[in-house]
Amino acid sequence: MSFNLTSEQIDIQKAAREFARGEFTKWAREADEKEYCPEVLYKQAAELGFQGIFFPEEYGGAGLGYMEFCLVIEEFWRVDPGLGQSLGSVVFGSDLLLTFGSEEQKKKYLPPITEGEAIMAAAITEADAGSDVTAVATRAVLDGDEWVINGTKMFITNGNLADYIILYCLTDPDNPSRHQRHSCIIVETDRPGFAATKIHGKMGIRASDTAELSLTDLRVPKENLIGERGEGFAQFMAFFNRTRLHIAAQGIGVAQGALDMATRHVKNRVQFGRPLAALQAVQFKIAEMATRVEASRSLLYRAASLADQGIFDHKLIAMAKWTAGETGVRVTDEALQLHGGYGYLAEYDIERFYRDAKIVELYEGTKEVEKQVIARVILGKA
Amino acid sequence: MKIAVFVKHVPDVAEADLEVAADGRTVKGGELPFEMNEWDRFALEEAVLVKDSLGGELTSFLIGDEAAEESLRRCLAVGADRAVRVWDDGLAGANPFALTAAMRGAIGEDEYDLILCGAQSSDDGYGLGGPLLAEALGVPSVALVNKMKVEGGKVLVTRELEGGWGEEVEVDLPALVTIQTGINEPRYVSILGIKKARKKPIDLMDAVSVGITAERLATEKEKLSLVGIETPAVGEGAEILEGSPEEVAAKCLALLKEAGGVL
Repeated sequence: MSFNLTSEQIDIQKAAREFARGEFTKWAREADEKEYCPEVLYKQAAELGFQGIFFPEEYGGAGLGYMEFCLVIEEFWRVDPGLGQSLGSVVFGSDLLLTFGSEEQKKKYLPPITEGEAIMAAAITEADAGSDVTAVATRAVLDGDEWVINGTKMFITNGNLADYIILYCLTDPDNPSRHQRHSCIIVETDRPGFAATKIHGKMGIRASDTAELSLTDLRVPKENLIGERGEGFAQFMAFFNRTRLHIAAQGIGVAQGALDMATRHVKNRVQFGRPLAALQAVQFKIAEMATRVEASRSLLYRAASLADQGIFDHKLIAMAKWTAGETGVRVTDEALQLHGGYGYLAEYDIERFYRDAKIVELYEGTKEVEKQVIARVILGKA
Repeated sequence: MKIAVFVKHVPDVAEADLEVAADGRTVKGGELPFEMNEWDRFALEEAVLVKDSLGGELTSFLIGDEAAEESLRRCLAVGADRAVRVWDDGLAGANPFALTAAMRGAIGEDEYDLILCGAQSSDDGYGLGGPLLAEALGVPSVALVNKMKVEGGKVLVTRELEGGWGEEVEVDLPALVTIQTGINEPRYVSILGIKKARKKPIDLMDAVSVGITAERLATEKEKLSLVGIETPAVGEGAEILEGSPEEVAAKCLALLKEAGGVL
């Protein structure tokens, strides 16, 4: 077992750090305020090869692994979570295509993402189906050679920007198993019947697009079904085992970024004639924050490097995602506390990081869902 | 066109608390991150631009230990065709004369049309590596270049002088040019570049293979010895201007006028 990054991984980490530091900082505040991610960043990120890092080369990717993708996401979020999420989520949904899509689907949908020509999304959540994905009611009915889709989707990342979206639809409502009633269908967003409405006013990661989708008699060829009919639930469970790695990297990135800011602040801010860093209470806080970040990172790197060996450890991945989310929230909270009143002002980036961190405990499975996954593996269905 | 670029791997001290060590000659910096010297980034970019426009081969050189290889991988990732790393324990903390001897030795019999170096390094800051190497190679050199064009067997450069003045110089190739920051916009490293770099060679050379004997190293080291390091003097402290923004601005203006020169 090795705990060192390879020289190639170090180079990738540095490349991501330099790009994010060089470019994100120009836009971060405006992107948060105006709720958008500049076009030029999407273009640059694709040109530099950051889109599709874990895609095999035959689909235009770099042929690297989840570990390398996590390193990039961590560095992006460390500089700005909102822009990090915007650029990191361009590939959102691709894991499912890679795992269950046909060769034809992979060749059609994946290369444009790596070239900066397309953005993806995956849509499960509905107003009445959040953590309970079996309650999804968006209906897809086979009519001849086409699926006809009707329904609505809520909180969909990239809903307004995506060129194609993987929709989680109810296709077999009469199947006795509620885990075999849904299917994944890929939908091009320029088809009639597709409408997206931007959701404004998110607390954090405001640069990232979120939408409500409305699907009205939306028709797609029946070949747009991914894998087998009725396998949607199983596919998404496998999907989460991959995407939760990305999300854990986000939590670690936002925490590390907050720790960087806090460290800088306590070394520079003088109170009672000494820098804050000279106070033991402050030293303990910094030590605790740094330890939490390292512990979360170790858990993620272990889970991600196992995933790159083909071992998707459901429990370990859920642990990594939960811990990283909690680390993000706690460390940004402590970092803001160390900034005192200054931290409460939008003028200081820690204010934004504090708002951005919370999402990691909510999406891709709330922390409660993660704990449920962990407990089920340990205790069985008790 | 055969192009060579020399780069150095230096500590990033932007946020570090530095202290002089007990020997009075070295710096204690704790766990400092290292990166490519800033001037060298511009030299590397300029070398890649020349190669891209005129074709040819770009070789990157570095004197440093294994950890320093990161800067060579960066060279390969952004367009260098091959890399040479020279290291010998005797070169640790070596002065510019000893380093130049190693650089000259690394070039060996190869003939380069254009050799680029950063104008100085952010750690030692002697600014000597380039000119000394040119001397050792017997080629002309121009320093502090902030604009450059290679054309018809010559290199046309603008040198940065004080006060915004520039000096245009024409030099016959082969030549050595030391590059000032700001001459170009160094590109970001791409993932594809990193992957390509992995397949390019990094040749290792030691003191013997660059033809430096222990005696030679000792002679070069005697030419210049570091006697001590001084830390910046602590100033008198700052004056805090208080009042409304308008009042502060007015006080600020008055102070600047009083100091003279600016307004």
